[in-house]
Amino acid sequence: MRTAFIHQLIEEAKTNDKIFLLVGDLGFSVVEPFAEQFPERFLNVGIAEQNMVGIAAGLAMEGYCVYVYSIGNFPTLRCIEQIRYDVCYHNLNVKIVAVGGGYAYAALGPSHHATEEVGMLRTIPNIVICTPGDPAEAKAITTFSARYSGPCYIRIGKAGEPTVHTKQTFLEPGDILPVIESTADIAVFSSGAMLKYSFDFISENNVNSSLYSFPFVKPLRKAQLISLFKKYKRVITIEEHQLNGGFGSVILEELNNFSETEEIIKTVKVRRIGIPNKFFSIAGSQEYLRKAASIELKKEFFTQENRN
Amino acid sequence: MQFSNSAELAKAIRLKSLEMVYNAKASHIGGALSMADILAVMYFDILNINPSDPLQPTRDRFLLSKGHACTGLYAALGLKGFFPVDDLNTYAQDGSIFLSHTSHYIPGVEISAGSLGHALSVSTGLALAAKRKKKEWKTYCLISDGELNEGSNWEAILFSPQHQLDNLILIIDYNKIQSFGKVENVIQLEPLKDKLVAFNWDVFEVDGHSHEELRNVFANCNNSTIKKPKAVIAHTTKGKGVSFMENKLLWHYKSPDKDQFEQAKSEILSIC
Repeated sequence: MRTAFIHQLIEEAKTNDKIFLLVGDLGFSVVEPFAEQFPERFLNVGIAEQNMVGIAAGLAMEGYCVYVYSIGNFPTLRCIEQIRYDVCYHNLNVKIVAVGGGYAYAALGPSHHATEEVGMLRTIPNIVICTPGDPAEAKAITTFSARYSGPCYIRIGKAGEPTVHTKQTFLEPGDILPVIESTADIAVFSSGAMLKYSFDFISENNVNSSLYSFPFVKPLRKAQLISLFKKYKRVITIEEHQLNGGFGSVILEELNNFSETEEIIKTVKVRRIGIPNKFFSIAGSQEYLRKAASIELKKEFFTQENRN
Repeated sequence: MQFSNSAELAKAIRLKSLEMVYNAKASHIGGALSMADILAVMYFDILNINPSDPLQPTRDRFLLSKGHACTGLYAALGLKGFFPVDDLNTYAQDGSIFLSHTSHYIPGVEISAGSLGHALSVSTGLALAAKRKKKEWKTYCLISDGELNEGSNWEAILFSPQHQLDNLILIIDYNKIQSFGKVENVIQLEPLKDKLVAFNWDVFEVDGHSHEELRNVFANCNNSTIKKPKAVIAHTTKGKGVSFMENKLLWHYKSPDKDQFEQAKSEILSIC
């Protein structure tokens, strides 16, 4: 995803001279091609994320479309007030890009586990929250963000994730992408980098379930979401993030809103899979940490007996 | 409203700020009075701005970081004609755009501020943009002394000389009193000039109530060929112009009662 992002950003920057990339002393072997091609629109501001986001706000006030790039918690939690107040309150054209979403940097420990930031950022007005699920979505999100004027958060994984989508897609805010469509009354809603895992689980276990990828946490396309709630009796949300306030919470909130307004009048059961509000201070691969945090699908979730 | 010199404007800023704080029973008059002379010189003599076109691309950018002292800035902008000065009568009233911390929804206000330690980084971004776009306009950022406690400011202070942002002028309203104590007792800033010099800034020190010194220092900043960001340490008095408010922490919070308002008003009017 990281590679797809930077390649697409370079493509966008070729035709959009407003695009400016700031990095917080990170991006080794990733951002160099951008820096070489657009030296006047690139800067390593050093290890100072509060200042980096403030600078991004200043550049955006002067018309730039500013990308801020760093790892996980650093361009998000470390400077969340600058994001809230300088960027979002002033509704500036700044894109916060975090690599290493979830447990992508698992072995580096909780400092590098980006597992709360979506929940925190999504409460802030004006910001669009993007969680691409594979390199194809990362590319589409980069294109969308470059052409959208306003604050965005883009949570991407690392390099080397396999592509799930078989055709290139273009995204509008809130789009939900069907990946597997089955006749069963159950669907998995996958957020961000859980896409490949969910796809493989359903395919390899011959599970009769649909699968949708959610490249956005905010906004979500209302009509599309309502149609999904009408279509399925059971939904499983899966995310590499704390359950509190994350993607699954968004789905519950939306479902509740639709029930209140009577746009949905039936019962839809939602099972949320995510991190149970714990830190994991153990070494291991991303897969190991996901399992330790119970971010996994199980066949019994999909059986008939579980329907009620 | 027409003024023949910056001293007249400073007096009017003080009066209007006092009136706003009194009518709204609001706080922070001390910090508004301490920077009134700086504002007056900036808005009368220094800034290239056009009240009828607040977003003119060639304008100088002036960012007030100590947003709690907003009455001073609102007064300066209203008196300069960015909006009808009578609009200030709504200050802090229900439904007014004149919040008790600066709001960018008000014509002439470049940035909303209230949380300290934000505007200098944004100013740095503006100065960087001007450099990259080869624009001549300057960015001025007025901060308080207390907000130099904020690490974000020191990030910007480290960053700016690295990129030779000689188009950035930092002004420190050094009134020696912060929110809950004297600066020297909370987080001592001294030797402040030495610190900024060591960080590779071009540093000036002035009496922040002397209009002549302020005019000269800003002229020197603008004429300088040294490729460094400029810092103006303006030594000021919190509550300046009202005897019973001067150097008193209390006036960071308190709103004057009727007698105090009348006395303060007459003292300000008697300033030459």
